[in-house]
Amino acid sequence: MKRRDTLKAISLGTITATVVGTEAKADVPKKAEAPLSLSDFKNGKSAAERVRDAKIAAEVFFTPHEKQTISVLANYIIPPDGQHGGALEAKVPDFIEFIVKDMTQHQTPMRGGLSWLDTQCLKQFGKKFVTCTKSEQTKMLDQIAYPEQAKPEMSQGVAFFNLMRNLTATGYFTTQIGFNYLGYVGNRPNNWEGVPPEVLKQYGLSYDS
Amino acid sequence: MSFQIKEQPTVYDVCIVGSGAGGGMAAKVLAESGAKVALLEAGPWYDPADPKYITQLKNPWESPRRGASTHRPFGDFDAAWGGWELEGEPYTRKSGTQFDWFRSRMLGGRTNHWGRISLRFGPLDFKRKDVDGLGDNWPIGYEDVKPYYDKVDRLVGIFGSVENIPNEPDGIFLPPPKPRLHELFLKKAGKKINIPVIPSRLSILTKPINNERGQCFYCSQCSRGCQAYADFSSSSVLVKPAVKTGNVTVFTNAMAREVITNQDGIATGVSYVDKQNLQEYTVRAKIVVLAASACESARLLMNSKSSRHTKGLGNSSGVLGKYLHDSTGAGRSAFLPHLVDRKRYNEDGVGGMHVYTPWWLNDKKLDFPRGYHIEYGGGMGMPGYGFGFGMENMNGKYPGKDGNKKPAGGYGLSLKEDYRHFYGANFGMAGRGEAIAREDNYCEIDPNMVDKYGIPVLRFNYKWSEHEIKQAKHMQDTFEEIITAMGGIPTGPKPGPESNYGLAAPGRIIHEVGTTRMGDDPSKSVTNRYSQLHDARNVFVVDAGTFVSQADKNPTWTILALSMRASEYIIDQRKKANL
Repeated sequence: MKRRDTLKAISLGTITATVVGTEAKADVPKKAEAPLSLSDFKNGKSAAERVRDAKIAAEVFFTPHEKQTISVLANYIIPPDGQHGGALEAKVPDFIEFIVKDMTQHQTPMRGGLSWLDTQCLKQFGKKFVTCTKSEQTKMLDQIAYPEQAKPEMSQGVAFFNLMRNLTATGYFTTQIGFNYLGYVGNRPNNWEGVPPEVLKQYGLSYDS
Repeated sequence: MSFQIKEQPTVYDVCIVGSGAGGGMAAKVLAESGAKVALLEAGPWYDPADPKYITQLKNPWESPRRGASTHRPFGDFDAAWGGWELEGEPYTRKSGTQFDWFRSRMLGGRTNHWGRISLRFGPLDFKRKDVDGLGDNWPIGYEDVKPYYDKVDRLVGIFGSVENIPNEPDGIFLPPPKPRLHELFLKKAGKKINIPVIPSRLSILTKPINNERGQCFYCSQCSRGCQAYADFSSSSVLVKPAVKTGNVTVFTNAMAREVITNQDGIATGVSYVDKQNLQEYTVRAKIVVLAASACESARLLMNSKSSRHTKGLGNSSGVLGKYLHDSTGAGRSAFLPHLVDRKRYNEDGVGGMHVYTPWWLNDKKLDFPRGYHIEYGGGMGMPGYGFGFGMENMNGKYPGKDGNKKPAGGYGLSLKEDYRHFYGANFGMAGRGEAIAREDNYCEIDPNMVDKYGIPVLRFNYKWSEHEIKQAKHMQDTFEEIITAMGGIPTGPKPGPESNYGLAAPGRIIHEVGTTRMGDDPSKSVTNRYSQLHDARNVFVVDAGTFVSQADKNPTWTILALSMRASEYIIDQRKKANL
């Protein structure tokens, strides 16, 4: 098959076969219904996976206040620049909401961390993080965003902010906006012909040696 | 509901259990010879080109968890429907030992997501006992398997380069892809420190080999299954043409329970439970071929007890389940400072590395037996869940875009720039080595537990020995040597004795072999040199269970070659009326 035919053939021809399915077999008791995972794939996911993901998506974990705090933090971590959107444009808070429901190990560190942050802001500025002024907010963040400079009594805040930074970055760079900012240009059919000549030259490398 | 075992009226020539590399190959060879084949698969149908199954070329945002491995062990987009733990299909471990057992329940089994690393065993690999006195030699040698490796190369397709390295036999190769940028640095570093870095050998079609399968389009996602059939998976490359002969009936969601034998101890078929309706069925066949994976086939045989086979079928020697071994594995990653702020281009390439390091110290006296090869990863890959984690460990250590160091961590535009700055400058490597097959590493039937179908489950007993731990230590030393020669900086502390030098738990490399090992002496082996049970001449095992030793090579190519060899033997014996 020629290359262009390959690309054309993608998602055309599929296997048809003699498969002995259950459908043909009679008197199947209802209670012994097939586990969903064994059948009914769609868009690369089994029915069981689709049901599970829809269920996770439908749950609500963060309170509106928590979600708002996450949004403010995410926007501080990856703000928009002149050319590219930031965490909010990339809908990072929605991703964080989903991922903490999917990976329950993140729930307590996130919820507790947000609470820790509000408590600190109350102590230092007499109000919760989201109602602090911008300069109060950055004053707070500067105490927890730099692990090697942070005071020992800020260690829990540092751990929370590291997690928040990680989730924000992952949520951002796994979107089209993030791809564009990063300059990732793969995930498409192409023909690999090696490292571009100007890059080889830049590093003093060659395919001949 | 009446409980009865439904027996199909058809008597097949062959019943094959499992549709992975071994079962797919047997199905193809036997069906093409005219045999009527029943192919049992414990999972559902799968076709990587059918849109309903396709995950290839999907973007991370098409998964709400961005492809994370919360549920599928290698992430949402991976083409393995299975894992180390399957709901309702447990296994246990003995005396505090560890073994993790990966199973894929789907047409094509684990061949749908594997690394496509397709290495031949070399002459030494079949006769390692002659070198170090450990374990056992195979009853066959490279010269017995070579013609089948050649045929597999032509049938399936593999790229690589002719290197004339004595224990790394060359095959019939398609052209390899050119190295990526970090792989060129690797080659250079290898020359400096005398470690070979050669084109990898993967079963991916860099050129078309027939009209049924397409050519690689370099998306780097073989592990998601290829809709162009441009890589090897048993589902698309073997089962599909086997079915086309009209001689194969595929039974999906068919979980084999027992091999049925008659008063003479000869197999008459296989009983299975249909996972969809939970009814019992029996497929009758003149010949039974087991290809359910090393441990699953051993389990099936152990569960096939009868008055003639009191310890399980094929177990008169007591060897069944013993000599289980998996590859050793350890890894390390590094940062390549000269690659920051790289020019962007599509560097996806094929699924996996374009270069690798074959074992290079056969002639050297070391403090451990056998050897390992090294696999490499790196480059400007597609972001998925986990991308960007741990920036606070990077951006305080190394200068940013403006050339200045700044405090680690942070937030804002400067942090945002750091992700772009460091992208594509990381690199990792993994050693995959040969463990010694030992009688006291085994699987057996757990007397106290059954799975949800009522089938007694496996219990594992597995421990690494000093040999494997010392090998992992050697890997770690080599990794640092390579990183340094590349001008890189190793990530994190060097794994030491506290972690067995990063040695992965047994089973984690998913190369388990040896449970039904072959041999000429029926008191020390389960099958003969043709993968035929000593105890029942019409039962064969064509998965990696027959491996006497594992080599440092990934097992798939040898499974394919030995399954083809056993299948041709079956055809020959049928002609001679010996079966």
